[in-house]
Amino acid sequence: MRSANRRAAPGPKGGCESARPVGADRALPGGTAGRSVCLAIIAKATRMTLLAIKDLSLTIHGAPILKDVSLSIAPGEIHAVTGESGSGKSMTAFAVMQLLPNGAKATGTVTLDGTDILSVTEAQMCSIRGSDAGMVFQEPMTALNPVKTIGDQVAETILIHKAMPPAAAKARAREVLTRVGLPENRFPLSRYPHELSGGQRQRVVIAMAIALRPKLLIADEPTTALDVTTQAQILDLLKGLVAEEGMGMLMITHDLAVVADMAHHITVMRRGEVVESAPTGQLLAGMRHDYTKMLFAASKHQVDLPERPAPAPLLEVRNVSRDYRLPRTALFTPPGMYRAVSDVSFTIDRGERLGLVGESGCGKSTLTRAILGLEEVQAGQILLGGEPVFTGHKPNLAVRRKMQVVFQDPFGSFNPRHRVDRLITEPFHLLPDPPTGTARDAAIAEALTAVGLTPGDARKYIHEFSGGQRQRIAIARALIIRPELILFDEAVSALDVSVRAQILDLLADLCRQYDLTYLFISHDLTVVRSVTDRVLVMKSGEIVEQGATPDVFANPRHPYTRDLIAAAPVMPDVTEGAA
Amino acid sequence: MLRYTLKRLVSLIISLAIASLVIFFVIEVAPGDPAQFMLGLNAQPDTVAALRAELGLDVPKWERYLNWVGGMLAGDFGTSYTYRTPVAEMIADRLWVSLPLALYALTLSTLIAFPAGIYAAARHGHPGDVAVMGATQLGVAIPNFWFAMMLVLIFAINLRWFSAGGFAGWDEGFWTGIHSLTLPAIALALPQAAILARVMRSSLLDILGEDFMRTARAKGLSRRQALWRHGVRNALIPVLTIIGLQFAFLIAGGIIIEQVFYLPGLGRLIFQSISSRDLIVVESVVMLLVFAVIVVNFLVDLAYAAVDPRLRSRT
Repeated sequence: MRSANRRAAPGPKGGCESARPVGADRALPGGTAGRSVCLAIIAKATRMTLLAIKDLSLTIHGAPILKDVSLSIAPGEIHAVTGESGSGKSMTAFAVMQLLPNGAKATGTVTLDGTDILSVTEAQMCSIRGSDAGMVFQEPMTALNPVKTIGDQVAETILIHKAMPPAAAKARAREVLTRVGLPENRFPLSRYPHELSGGQRQRVVIAMAIALRPKLLIADEPTTALDVTTQAQILDLLKGLVAEEGMGMLMITHDLAVVADMAHHITVMRRGEVVESAPTGQLLAGMRHDYTKMLFAASKHQVDLPERPAPAPLLEVRNVSRDYRLPRTALFTPPGMYRAVSDVSFTIDRGERLGLVGESGCGKSTLTRAILGLEEVQAGQILLGGEPVFTGHKPNLAVRRKMQVVFQDPFGSFNPRHRVDRLITEPFHLLPDPPTGTARDAAIAEALTAVGLTPGDARKYIHEFSGGQRQRIAIARALIIRPELILFDEAVSALDVSVRAQILDLLADLCRQYDLTYLFISHDLTVVRSVTDRVLVMKSGEIVEQGATPDVFANPRHPYTRDLIAAAPVMPDVTEGAA
Repeated sequence: MLRYTLKRLVSLIISLAIASLVIFFVIEVAPGDPAQFMLGLNAQPDTVAALRAELGLDVPKWERYLNWVGGMLAGDFGTSYTYRTPVAEMIADRLWVSLPLALYALTLSTLIAFPAGIYAAARHGHPGDVAVMGATQLGVAIPNFWFAMMLVLIFAINLRWFSAGGFAGWDEGFWTGIHSLTLPAIALALPQAAILARVMRSSLLDILGEDFMRTARAKGLSRRQALWRHGVRNALIPVLTIIGLQFAFLIAGGIIIEQVFYLPGLGRLIFQSISSRDLIVVESVVMLLVFAVIVVNFLVDLAYAAVDPRLRSRT
């Protein structure tokens, strides 16, 4: 089953610079080294395709998920499959691993190194998974078993395939963990996953996937859940591994900047079908399909913000610090304090669009909660229109009603049992005399129209809307009481690029219509660059840099800002080809 | 881990101290003078006073509390008002029945519940799962005394494999003792097993949906291997909680079963001493049960930490 590919497979469709065969150095015990080198040399001439997917179709409980998907990967090649949610890109990866949900039926052929994966038994598939094909997942925080040490989990890949005796497996686990950047002195095998950060956990997952030097590495959104600087490190690691080990890599990602930077070959999918597939250079030089062009254009989308009015301070944050109490370490010593936000000061002027960027854990969300008056601060003052948001240990309702917030998750931030009209009129509770009857209906109709929906949507339930529409409803909910300040907390981070572009346009429109003032909090530098006038950069609870957005991006002064900007993958300039 | 254990130990001692206070004073405020009760309504006041002095009821409450706690720490639980025998002896006799019975029932219930729950989760949605779920539904619904009577009818009266009731004592040998506790243990264990199996199944099903189970499969583990190597241990936390609660219940809660099988257990002792207002026995037995519950919780806490490294490091 694991025999060499005897078919003279066609070469990869495009020029693949670093395509080189794999196999000669696969360390499997009991192999007669000389003979396998010999075989590898023979194979070198014929085996140019590592993974060939041909006319793969997939249904889950009868619902079509994939239609005639074909692609091929050569050893040493990074093949990126990209597309928006629902395009079937992840299902393609899971089909190769045969880790499909119940009720899935696949037809077509998936040939990995000469083996037709769709026709082998489950037992045979188990010996292919982890050995010939390794997989890295999106969510490193939950991808590891919390009750086993990282050493055991990496060694398990080796032991389950009986590739080495336990002592050798342990040594190999050590070696491979060091290779992925977790050296022994800081990361002994006895560490548990909860003692590691997200990026470190992803390195462990990668170590598990490559422990047996698989021929194919599948990475499903491997850096989507990570901060931008961590993302850059993980992508470098993956690139290095592919080059070193000569693995083929199937990379699933929605991030076109990552795709353009990493991949030798790009396949664009939409609704379960391949719309375009070409070597990266060729695809970027001349996109054939409108959908591809739209995707790339939407990723680089720049909105046209109206001029901001003359400066007049609206929100003033003065020397604000926020401490959290740490759990007691001993019975009679006072508990320690953790300063999440430290001596932060800034002002938002009326009509100004301010951005706030920083990596996870930098205090962005804490600051947001403090501004909204959800939590008391330990030092400093927050004033909106000259009035404090927090008075006498209680939020000041008179100020609170002048602010609204739009959250990240368009699926979790609505009560599914309420209709849209009730959902978006919730902020009326803040008003002393909320509008009723026709005034209420008019307010609902206006808010829905403003965000591009229709007044008729008021009687629908939230599940009837897509993610982008839900985010419009969230904006309508924020707008309905005409707040003076809106906080967007990662409000477009969960959206597909095309939807994101539309929501950003909507923001610009609303700025023109309502003279919005907002604080736009995001980890995504591209978006912040496009929709803000001024930007704050936050690190470890402090604001390390602030200034006009174009200036900060063009001439970052603080080293951290420079790191952030350097780490962010950059969209290449695209020249449109003839259709 | 040592730090964690010490912290748990400190909280165990504090809980015990609070519990002893609450038990003592709540029972003290209950109406009825034990001396009066023991001597009957027509007793002379000076006889009652003499008995009160003998029983140590004439000293201030707090002093009696301290005497009581101090005595218990020294193994002296006082003397029963009604039987005039040391409470420690009475409890020890009963404990030799109740504790083995509880352990026996718990062992049976775990031995039934784990395989059943794991099997049902592994066959989720298939006929095997439906069958196990149906059986556990029945196990939860049937009252255990009815079940006990059915056991007596079939295995004692018809088949004559076991005696219908009574306890021969451990002097006759270990296996004889176990033999006479078997039917009561089964009667106690089955409803508990039904609950435990359902908890095991749902806990394991939650775990099977976790990302790391998919990671395990991607490493080349079969469904079965992934379930045993990564699923079961993670599913244990809620199961351990239930086991702890069940054990506490089994020690004293078997009163109906003790009654059905004529077993001289703790449950019956409590019942008798409450009806004869034998406060010192009630206090001692209740304290003992509270002690058992708190110790079991302590052991469950240690078991959590053994299962889950995240608890160990959170000092």
